Amino acid sequence: MNFDRLKEKLNILADAAKYDVSCASSGSTRTNTKKGLGNSTGMGICHSYTEDGRCVSLLKILLTNHCIYDCAYCVSRRSNDIKRAGFKIQEVVDLTINFYRRNYIEGLFLSSGIFKSPDHTMERLVRVAKKLREEENFNGYIHLKSIPGCGDELMYEAGLYADRLSVNIEIPTISGLKLLAPEKEHKDFTKPMLKVKNEIVRYKNERKIIKNTPKYAPAGQSTQMIVGATGETDKDIMYSATYYYKTYSMKRVYYSGYVPVLEDSRLPSIAAKVPMLRENRLYQTDWLLRFYGFAVNEILNDDHPNLDVDIDPKLSWALRNLQHFPVDVNTADKRLLARVPGLGMQSVGKIVSARRFRKLNWDHLKKIGVALNRAKYFMVCDSRHWERRDLDADRIKGLILQNSTGKFRNQYSQQLSLFN
Amino acid sequence: MKNETTLLYDGSFNGFLTAVFVAFEEKLHVADIQKNEQGQNGLFSDTETIFTHVEKAKRVWNGVRSKSYNAISNIYFAYLSETEGIEYVLYTYIKKLMAHKGKQSDFSDETVLHISQLARKVGREKHRMEAFVRFQLTKDDIYFANIEPDFDVLPLISKHFRNRYADQQWLIYDVKRRYGIFYNLEGVEIVSLNLDEIHFNRTRRSKAFTDGEYDYQDLWNNYFKSTHIKSRINRKLHRQHVPKRYWKYLPEKKAV
Repeated sequence: MNFDRLKEKLNILADAAKYDVSCASSGSTRTNTKKGLGNSTGMGICHSYTEDGRCVSLLKILLTNHCIYDCAYCVSRRSNDIKRAGFKIQEVVDLTINFYRRNYIEGLFLSSGIFKSPDHTMERLVRVAKKLREEENFNGYIHLKSIPGCGDELMYEAGLYADRLSVNIEIPTISGLKLLAPEKEHKDFTKPMLKVKNEIVRYKNERKIIKNTPKYAPAGQSTQMIVGATGETDKDIMYSATYYYKTYSMKRVYYSGYVPVLEDSRLPSIAAKVPMLRENRLYQTDWLLRFYGFAVNEILNDDHPNLDVDIDPKLSWALRNLQHFPVDVNTADKRLLARVPGLGMQSVGKIVSARRFRKLNWDHLKKIGVALNRAKYFMVCDSRHWERRDLDADRIKGLILQNSTGKFRNQYSQQLSLFN
Repeated sequence: MKNETTLLYDGSFNGFLTAVFVAFEEKLHVADIQKNEQGQNGLFSDTETIFTHVEKAKRVWNGVRSKSYNAISNIYFAYLSETEGIEYVLYTYIKKLMAHKGKQSDFSDETVLHISQLARKVGREKHRMEAFVRFQLTKDDIYFANIEPDFDVLPLISKHFRNRYADQQWLIYDVKRRYGIFYNLEGVEIVSLNLDEIHFNRTRRSKAFTDGEYDYQDLWNNYFKSTHIKSRINRKLHRQHVPKRYWKYLPEKKAV
């Protein structure tokens, strides 16, 4: 094998693939059959981390970065003058297997620029997955990108070999899509999603009757939205995320702060900062919706179309709804405990088990790992000390900010720094 | 009043469980449970040397497991942390488990919380080793890795690697504790080696490995570098996820 040429291709095609956020390798179980290679256990493994702190668990590459489309937000767009390259199918297979055997990766994440036609591209992606599964007896994780606009038969076949399928809708609003990717239509994105969702449901039902029904995309589907490219509000983003979670039973929606890569009058300037804090707040909201029992309109609505920057969304909700507090840790319902700022689901679980043995006081809570600096204003426990002052929302917020240091503090703090 | 007894065992997990069995059976007032070699007599306690007895150890294991599966795995994980004095804490933990039903979920109890947090720490290290082991292909067709984990996690990761790499021979060697696990396509065995050199990620190449090995390491390094997004660099977060002490065995952190 010509390693130098391969190295060059890998550099180009990994570089172009890095803006895809998803690197999950969890949620799928495949056992290693007949002494083959690899398995997936449901628990993902991050084998390394990039210098920006993101997990590296899959070999994430494009099959090619040649593309017939010209979407404004994308590095690989047709009109961008960059080096182009393409992998042969066997090259991708060899790379995956050899990296996997050395325990570098959990599997393959294969995406592609669209060459010739969506169907033609998708067919190649499917062939890589098929070769890995059938010729190499590979049971590791495979994430394939569904190419917008490709046919239903190909999507069906893709699900037979892949663990996860994803289409990135990229732009959360339809008007934004028209502006930045005029050649693509909204339904090109949703059609493959719908097909995959229906197949997953069908296979699940068949599995109830015939136990050895093969697996179809066992780790489900995911999608990704770019944040901060078209001036959308947090409400637009989260409402559209909720729609995708509900309508297409998405496993995950990813939010990707827009990284300016190109100069374009329709986009933020190339010097614009990546909105990382905003991205972080959106993920926090996403977690509140999926694990903490919040409804999206409680956190974002017409009165509050954007998330607070200086405090997390749960605290922000609590401050707007002080009538629910304080909560008694020793008697309150699990669902109510989950809504107390400073209590995570881990702590909630521990509290609920521990309080069957004795009434809990501040000391117990602290040892369990509750963030008391926030939680203490919203709860009472088995102690004579609790917050007795009649505080309003602004006072509480002030006190919390005064007594804590956030990692993003310098991005919103009004206070001038002495040493810059 | 009965005298307090210090129990000495051979340093194996089964030995420890046997000691627990003896303590329960003879209704001893246990002052401490210690490894043979580090045995220190308390001034006012007797000592008793325990001979490992697999049947007795099994009875303790099954007894705890019948109370809670979670508890027995916590005990094993916490034991592997090799923390000084862990034996006595575990003995207390087992006593508490036997006395109250469901005690393993009483996180307001200091011992219970301590053991569950310790087990979590060991579990984290186990998971890290499943991630950070990097095999290098030797000329004998064995995928070889050396590691230096904080805790003795080899017994915990063996199953994961056996299931995953069922069609290749591999060897993972713990440099700190001087033993390794070797999979010979049939099963996993414990091996001790005389390792002439420890294979960390220096740039000089070792003759032990195939030529292709370094080509793939090169490709991997290149891949790793292309995944960084410059405008988002956050080295502190990077170091939190991949602490510096693991770097010397990771090819992608090779100093160039």
